[in-house]
Amino acid sequence: MTQNDWLSRLKNGLSRTSAHLNEGIAQALKNKNLDESTLDDLEDILITSDMGVSAAAKLRDEVAKAKFEKEPSFKDIKYFLAAKIADILKPVEQPLLIDNSKKPFVILVQGVNGSGKTTTIGKLAKIFTEEGKSVLLAAGDTFRAAAIEQLQIWGDRTGCRVISHTSGADPAGLVFDALGTARRDNIDLVIIDTAGRLQNRDDLMAELHKISRVIRKLDQTAPHCCLLILDATVGQNALSQVEKFQKTSQITGLVMNKLDGSARGGILVSLAEKFKLPVHAIGVGEGEDDLMPFNAEDFAKNLLGLNN
Amino acid sequence: MSKADVDSALREIRIALLEADVALSVVKEFIVLVREKALGQEVTRSVTPGQMVIKIVNDHLVEILGVGASELNLATTPPAVIMLVGLQGSGKTTTTAKLAKHLRSQYRKNAIMTSLDIRRPAAQQQLKSLGETHSIPTLPIVPFETPEMITERALDTGKKEGHDVILLDTAGRLHIDDSMMSEALKIQDLSNPCEILFVADSMTGQDAVNAARAFSERLNITGIILTRIDGDARGGAALSIREVTGTPIKLMGTGEKIDDIEVFHPDRIASRILGMGDVVSLVEKAQETVREEEAEEFARKLQKGQFDLEDMAKQLGQMRKMGGVGGILNKLPSVGKIKNQLQDANIDDNVISRQEAIIFSMTTAERKNPKLFNGSRRRRIAEGSGTTVQEVNRLLKQHKEMAKAMKKMSKLGRKGFTKGMPQGMPPGILPRI
Repeated sequence: MTQNDWLSRLKNGLSRTSAHLNEGIAQALKNKNLDESTLDDLEDILITSDMGVSAAAKLRDEVAKAKFEKEPSFKDIKYFLAAKIADILKPVEQPLLIDNSKKPFVILVQGVNGSGKTTTIGKLAKIFTEEGKSVLLAAGDTFRAAAIEQLQIWGDRTGCRVISHTSGADPAGLVFDALGTARRDNIDLVIIDTAGRLQNRDDLMAELHKISRVIRKLDQTAPHCCLLILDATVGQNALSQVEKFQKTSQITGLVMNKLDGSARGGILVSLAEKFKLPVHAIGVGEGEDDLMPFNAEDFAKNLLGLNN
Repeated sequence: MSKADVDSALREIRIALLEADVALSVVKEFIVLVREKALGQEVTRSVTPGQMVIKIVNDHLVEILGVGASELNLATTPPAVIMLVGLQGSGKTTTTAKLAKHLRSQYRKNAIMTSLDIRRPAAQQQLKSLGETHSIPTLPIVPFETPEMITERALDTGKKEGHDVILLDTAGRLHIDDSMMSEALKIQDLSNPCEILFVADSMTGQDAVNAARAFSERLNITGIILTRIDGDARGGAALSIREVTGTPIKLMGTGEKIDDIEVFHPDRIASRILGMGDVVSLVEKAQETVREEEAEEFARKLQKGQFDLEDMAKQLGQMRKMGGVGGILNKLPSVGKIKNQLQDANIDDNVISRQEAIIFSMTTAERKNPKLFNGSRRRRIAEGSGTTVQEVNRLLKQHKEMAKAMKKMSKLGRKGFTKGMPQGMPPGILPRI
């Protein structure tokens, strides 16, 4: 499958010097337990990563139970903890697979306002066009001022066609048109942008549901991928976002943006345990190349401040 | 309230605050403060100590969140500049348009909006469209200008066209992006804003402190606008940002429409952050009930012409809670001459505590029936309270006068007059020296 092309290419851009997380545990020991203040410090690191109180407490307990042969350094313990976190995240580390038998393959992108949906679409468009796929972008955010123009600029940058209606038009109608065009012109991939919406707004969630329905009318198997875009600076509300978007449209995977700041996105650990949804990629900037495949070990290390 | 009561309740509060996304460092400080406040406080009848702590926490939250709440500052020779800053996707552009509308409807000010965001595709276009839709003037877009150039043009245009306010909508930036933060600083220095508002998403997690701290260290942040309050996030970031920047939360965004902007309500956000609104109202109700019952009982007693030393102790206690004589005097609007006299008399607030001590050294029977006092009882009480027999005598005399005054009042028979008494001050209550 061709998704490996872009993955491998992106991976080259990553520093793959990843120190093996298991190093720390290799010396895991039998006698000594950690003192309370060390455990408190560790728990604080986890809590300030937005992991949530209960997930942090659970990991604290695991570390507390661990026996170390000799006095481990704080860094050793962090590596041990990072390994535990990577274990939780490993099952959700899944690349975004494009099934070539589906034509067009339809990706529906959704999320709350300001999470970075349009920017992520621009980055995805870059990756897939470079892979030689024909990509069509559908400007489904007909609500926010200049959202269509914003996607159009990304279309120009990446050489993708953008299908749009006027601002204020019914997004479901736009999606219908976009899929029709894609079929007629033998397009490989359609990426649909949607307006940002808060998950507790039932009316707006119903609109999203309608978009899915229209897509399904044209292709029973579509949308083949429902991406939920998360913002790493958001705290515990990400749980509610996943839960409610999941209920409305079958979310198939997550992308977490804004990990280039100082937010560490610890909520992903809670999300992995609770929803087990694949995490495809992380956003690390506003540029067109700033989307990286999600890597459980790197993420876990970053969460504990072990990078560099 | 005992230490154990307070500590066990605060453990619960700590978790609640963290789950609401209040930053850990802020939670730790907060808990220390509330602990101090809660220890030794009386628990209202019919509520548990835990519930009492929650109420104290809630009140403290409301207090902190509301500190320095103020209107927008536009005090300058027009045009006044308001600059909006924040992370990417916090809602600056939408808020800029809402603010322009708010200025028009609430302040009768005519604002021109300017986008300095040359980075996000179509950001300038977005503000322009919002302006067109809602008939708010925007600075015409000139391609390839730097944010500084746009700012200068905005200042010129604002002056020339006679706008009251110039709104500068800046690009979203990461607080750790040094060059972008320098750019914001340059714009600040160039435009000398009356207000620099930090626009923050109410869904923000632990990182809120880092971002808010960095922004307020680099820029002269004057206030906060909290967006997406219509979501279902608990909004703990409000407390984090408030504490870290030391600036008031001025406005909040409550929806996607242009009119969805409101003045900040600390009580609403406090109960959301804590997520224990039901407990808070339960305690409030219990406190009210107790107050009412006490008031009624007091009124009944007065009607019968009874005002015993127990009642006097209560009055003294209330005075002390109100901040002693000085505190009460400051609350009275215009006692003028009396106030000065009292101040000259140099009333010592310790007098109240000493008088309380005297009453507390009496037996229940004595408090109910002052006629019991003979010399030896008086001596015993003076000793027990660490005062003198003279002071005990003075107090008893004072009580007698007060009781007489009360009786007189009850004879006036004005209904409802005595009902609010415990809150107020009966005549003659001021201690004499």
